[in-house]
Amino acid sequence: MRKALVAAAIFAALGSGTASAQGTIKIGIILPYSGQFADGAAQMDNAIKLYVQQNGDTVAGKKLEFIRKDTGGIAPDVAKRLAQELIVRDKVDILAGFLLTPNALSAGDVSAEAKKFMVVMNAATSIITTKSPYMVRTSLTTPQVNASLGTWAYKNGIRKAYTMHSDYGPGIDAEGAFSKAFKEAGGEIIGTVKMAVANPDFSAYVQRAKDLNPESIYVFVPGGAQPAAFGKALAERGIDPQKIKVMGQGEITDDSALKSMGDGALGIITAFHYDPNHQSAMNKKFVADFNAAYGRNPDFFSMGGWDGMHAIYAVLKKTNGDADGEKLISAVKGMAWESPRGPISIDPETRDIIQTVYIRRVEKAGGKLVNVEFDKVENVKDPVKAAMKK
Amino acid sequence: MTAAAAATSPHAWLQAQARWNRTEIAFWLATLLPFWLFPDYLVLASQIAITALFALSLDLILGYAGIVSLGHAAFFGLGAYTAGLAAKYGWGEPLTGLMLGALAAGIVGYAASFIIARFRHLALIMITLGMGLLLAELANSLHWLTGGTDGLQGVKMWPIFNKFRFDLYGTTAYSYSLIVLFLCFLVARRIINSPFGLSLRGIRENPLRMPALGASSRAHLRKIYTISAVLAGIAGALLAQTTETVSLEVLGFQRSADVLVILILGGAGRLYGGLVGAIIFMVARDQFSGNTPQFWYFWIGALLIAVVMFLPNGILGGLAKLSSAWRSRA
Repeated sequence: MRKALVAAAIFAALGSGTASAQGTIKIGIILPYSGQFADGAAQMDNAIKLYVQQNGDTVAGKKLEFIRKDTGGIAPDVAKRLAQELIVRDKVDILAGFLLTPNALSAGDVSAEAKKFMVVMNAATSIITTKSPYMVRTSLTTPQVNASLGTWAYKNGIRKAYTMHSDYGPGIDAEGAFSKAFKEAGGEIIGTVKMAVANPDFSAYVQRAKDLNPESIYVFVPGGAQPAAFGKALAERGIDPQKIKVMGQGEITDDSALKSMGDGALGIITAFHYDPNHQSAMNKKFVADFNAAYGRNPDFFSMGGWDGMHAIYAVLKKTNGDADGEKLISAVKGMAWESPRGPISIDPETRDIIQTVYIRRVEKAGGKLVNVEFDKVENVKDPVKAAMKK
Repeated sequence: MTAAAAATSPHAWLQAQARWNRTEIAFWLATLLPFWLFPDYLVLASQIAITALFALSLDLILGYAGIVSLGHAAFFGLGAYTAGLAAKYGWGEPLTGLMLGALAAGIVGYAASFIIARFRHLALIMITLGMGLLLAELANSLHWLTGGTDGLQGVKMWPIFNKFRFDLYGTTAYSYSLIVLFLCFLVARRIINSPFGLSLRGIRENPLRMPALGASSRAHLRKIYTISAVLAGIAGALLAQTTETVSLEVLGFQRSADVLVILILGGAGRLYGGLVGAIIFMVARDQFSGNTPQFWYFWIGALLIAVVMFLPNGILGGLAKLSSAWRSRA
């Protein structure tokens, strides 16, 4: 009997679900609040909170209610369950968040089956938006940024590149997109090396690159601690980004990476859709407000969260507060707006983001290393889905 | 549970152990309660059942045979990927998929058991840890097959018996997982309450003495390790099928560590330990992570320390002690 009682007591402690109240719209946010991706989740969640704070929690006469759920890291089984529970138990109308690709993919199935509007605010693998016809993305796709960089590099006189990338999904995607675009433009890849994901010692790889003395090096490593380690290896092995061009996706020179890389990072060229240093009145205000509220700069996670919230507010206004998945998704198709990162829009065919990709160089301004935008590629669609259609 | 401890012959003792007592029957009846009491929690309940099965598989080797493993997720992951890949490449029938998962885990488990049976204690921890990491890295590098870090995409399950679809509410998922858990539990219970199970406990207590008594301990260890791998594979296959997704995390160190924590919380070597541990761990995670997502591991850590300090045989061990104290007073 005891065990039965224990089990019963535990289940009783769970309590039962709350009924959906009239006049409210519930938004379920699924993010890795704990674990190694917690910092990104916090940056995104803060932007979501800031948006609600500035724009009020009532849209088209409906009050917004947020329910936050933690996946604890890469856990598609958990993410899928949370999405299911949010819909059947908490009766949410909209699913949002999604920092990580596997989690977004598995929750996509739920969105498709339940016909719920879903906003992907970061996860950047191309195919994600094909999982549910009710899904929209407000962040970026990895190929979008890297293919733009590949084409740009050739146009700007770079003919040969050596590529180095971490041997896992995003690394393979990013390097693939860069190489493809670079080769299609006429460039030549003189060599490629895959680096272990869990190995932040890059000296051997960098030495190999140096021995080849390439015209340029393309690199992809996951954000976090690794860009700094890579920068250190560059400096130790004597590769000067001012002489051999070092290129990559924006994460490798984000705020925290630059802080630990030091002057060795000067001259690194990156392509990305957002940087807090972007020069526009709207972004200045966004960065200032974010700093005032949370004491640090927003990053691309914050940007995805901010625009995701903008999309939710805008579509709800358009449907006059009707949260039906079908109506919301048709409202968001083709929507365009001015974001702190610049002009963006939602591709009516793929429900993916169309945006400007900025080419930036690490420079010193006022004693601090910053990414300075010196060129841009406008209206970039996701190249993978564009190629799929052909 | 301790009622027949004073029985005379080993056979009579085993028979007494094998008898179903009221607590056990009540426990299994209680597993049906979620269908009526918490119909909104069936998805969680199905994942609890799967975790419980995984913990049960670890209990067979850790609790009964004394094989410490920090890489048990290897078999869980093998089962998950096998079932997931079968469904991806056109065979989405759940029951045969489950068997394929069990088979794959069993074969690898059998091969590994030849190494496992030779070592004990710290060496075992290192070997199992290493094997788990190797397999996880293998799955990562076989990107074309496993989907790498993006996870396995395109897993589509057919309805069970062509009738029961895996629905959004998790009714099918829970019924399916619960039935599989119960059947596997019956098998595990039969094994433990057999002379084979008894000799396993002998090996756990003194691995040198058992061969001296004429029972080959390595053969026994190989057998139970393979059986345990099969059960873990079934659990993994269940997760792949009910969630229609497989990620690298099924092979991850975190999963091996979590299942060990679950088993120690509940009480190793008690069959129900893993089950109770899984309920507590998963419900706690669900509840804590709803309130303060950043800190839920803190509470699990605190609970684990408390259990290990005050209830060295786990929560069930503590309860058993309480009840025998109660009986001796009465």
